[in-house]
Amino acid sequence: MKDSLLSKDGTRKLLASLISIFIGLMVGAIVVTIVGFSKDSIGPAGVWDGVRLIFGGLFATGRDAAGSLTWGFNSTAWGNMLFRATPVIMTGLSVAVAFKTGLFNIGAPGQYLMGTMATLMLALGIPSDVVPAGLIWVIAFLGGMLAGALWGAVPGMLKAFLNINEVLACIMTNWLAANIVTWAFDVSNFKNVVESTKTGYIYKTSFNGVQTPNLGLDILFPNSQVNGGILIAVIIALLVYVIMNKTILGYQLKACGANRHAARYAGINDKGSIVLSMAIAGSLAGGGAALYWLSGNTEFFWSTYQTLPAAGFNGIPVALLAANNPIGVVFTGIFMAMLDIVGQNLTGFTAYNEYITDVIIAVIVYLSAFSLVIQMWLTGKSKASKAQPQKPNDETQKGGEQA
Amino acid sequence: MTFLIQQTMLYAVPLMIVALAGVFAERSGIINLALEGIMIFGAFIGVLFVRSMQSFDVFLEAASNGDWLVLQGLEVLAMVVSAIMGALFSLLLSFASINLKADQTIGGTALNLMAPALVLFLVRVLANQNTLMMETGDAASWFMIKKSTLGIDRKTDLGFFGETFLVKVYLATYLCILLFIILSVILYKTRFGLRLRACGENPQAAASLGINVYKMRYAGTTISGALAGMGGFVYALTTANCTANGDVAGFGFLALAVMIFGNWKPGNIAAASLLFGLFKCIAAAYSTIDINGDGVYLLAELGISSHLYRMLPYLVTLVVLAFTSKKSRAPKAEGIPYDKGSR
Repeated sequence: MKDSLLSKDGTRKLLASLISIFIGLMVGAIVVTIVGFSKDSIGPAGVWDGVRLIFGGLFATGRDAAGSLTWGFNSTAWGNMLFRATPVIMTGLSVAVAFKTGLFNIGAPGQYLMGTMATLMLALGIPSDVVPAGLIWVIAFLGGMLAGALWGAVPGMLKAFLNINEVLACIMTNWLAANIVTWAFDVSNFKNVVESTKTGYIYKTSFNGVQTPNLGLDILFPNSQVNGGILIAVIIALLVYVIMNKTILGYQLKACGANRHAARYAGINDKGSIVLSMAIAGSLAGGGAALYWLSGNTEFFWSTYQTLPAAGFNGIPVALLAANNPIGVVFTGIFMAMLDIVGQNLTGFTAYNEYITDVIIAVIVYLSAFSLVIQMWLTGKSKASKAQPQKPNDETQKGGEQA
Repeated sequence: MTFLIQQTMLYAVPLMIVALAGVFAERSGIINLALEGIMIFGAFIGVLFVRSMQSFDVFLEAASNGDWLVLQGLEVLAMVVSAIMGALFSLLLSFASINLKADQTIGGTALNLMAPALVLFLVRVLANQNTLMMETGDAASWFMIKKSTLGIDRKTDLGFFGETFLVKVYLATYLCILLFIILSVILYKTRFGLRLRACGENPQAAASLGINVYKMRYAGTTISGALAGMGGFVYALTTANCTANGDVAGFGFLALAVMIFGNWKPGNIAAASLLFGLFKCIAAAYSTIDINGDGVYLLAELGISSHLYRMLPYLVTLVVLAFTSKKSRAPKAEGIPYDKGSR
């Protein structure tokens, strides 16, 4: 029974992802070790702390009086993880949908920024004493998705009608978005002038009374930023799964991605499909931004013309790790948010900093570039193990531990 | 005008050399999307090298005595080191895309994510801040060629040509131009260049004539990595005052656009990079550009928002690509992993 499990396509993909994650974490630990031993100020104790935090940072609770790390369930860390997973799940869905239709949506950061702009402007601009806050929330959320969709459609159209490589077009539109958003907020009156201690930020949406309901999650994870947004993201992931796998539209989009010319021969509007799938991808990224900022407890730093949001780029590893499966994206999105918490704890508790988690993510992306090779290698293993039925059993168990 | 030309050169030359890096990779059949990442890495390595060399008395004395030969030597050495490390970094891409037949776009993206993360991690650990700077002094005082460097009195007027191209320039700029010419000749006039290009057009045909496609693709990508790493350091040296902060402002991607606009041909690329350099220069320094030297800062006085100027390079890239990409002719086999068995 076990060796049939390994020969299944889904199991192989899952195992390949788990191996990628494990190698990524190991590389992170190795970098931490090398840097630690080459710097006198860190030393073996610091290295040990760093390595433990990389693998189990989610469970760190701080340092005790003696100065050693303490471990346990930390409701703040868990809640914040779910909160930060929300936008990453959405951008992951965005990249995954584009991948399924044969497009590489590296434009998620730009779509995310345009969604941010539309959401914040709508949520803060509509007076809440006239329109009920709940309705504003819905308008702002849909506005964010629409802005993302429009911005995603731009590289889609450039690709479909002018044959411009979508990767280049997406990168250029990213930087355009960063400048447009900065410009729009620069001339707006949404800049936070009430709290004089902070400069360069936009009001929280709660300033206008608009806020995502907590749906009881704050009781489950007290002292954290979690809210109902994560549940909405999960529902959207299910919707995307249904659309891509159970509808004619999804079939057409995927057919177009598999072979544009064959799809056109079969009567599918290939140019329209490319634009539409980029628009869907964009709307998901924009929706992710909307869910993040509508939480009402985070502030947007508006002068963003030199930086692109990490939540956008992290959609790429999230989608790749999940093998572009919308349901898988939920889990890999949460994993990516966990790495975020790990990075935060590394900065807070050790001499290291949060950028090591970006190194880990990069290694994971690198490995997923040839995940097919890993899968083939696993298949080879499973074939070889048919002669010795004991082996795959060990393999699967190892895979479980690595998670 | 002098200022405008000099500034444009500062932006155009790194763009040109990195675009050539893209050509070498793509002509051999590998899409090098990692140019941006390799530039970031090269910039970091170069700055780190200069910084660690500054602890030696030889260079400190040279700087205080104005011994320019030693300092220019240090600059060239840093260029070489960043080129070597850039080449090594690019091996990650070659290995994945040549040996493991991986998706080259994703592999390149991984390197683009890796470089800034690794650089920022190390910079933070090394310098306790987000920017790695020179230990003492700055790029201008150490490496810029000035009138005093050339032993000319500060008050002599060298005429338009001399003022523009001889003083307040960096040796690195001219070395890059020289290298660009040499490598272009190699690509078109040597046996090696012909073989490299054949691997990007029809690797099976090339292999049938006894060319080792794997080796050629490794060669193309490694040269590409070396050029991009060096270009990254030259960019950091000349436009960022020899600092590294894990960012080259999308320069690697602009170089890719230049390469496509230049139709994968060195001559066109040189012209295209001048155009893009001009727009990048306008974006960065529009308020201090005095076009005809009459003390009127025309671009600043037009009253156009600074945000629009900053968007210009990206906007122009898209418009230019829109007009040229229908006609563009990419190497036929780029992005397709070479498989001995396929026809």
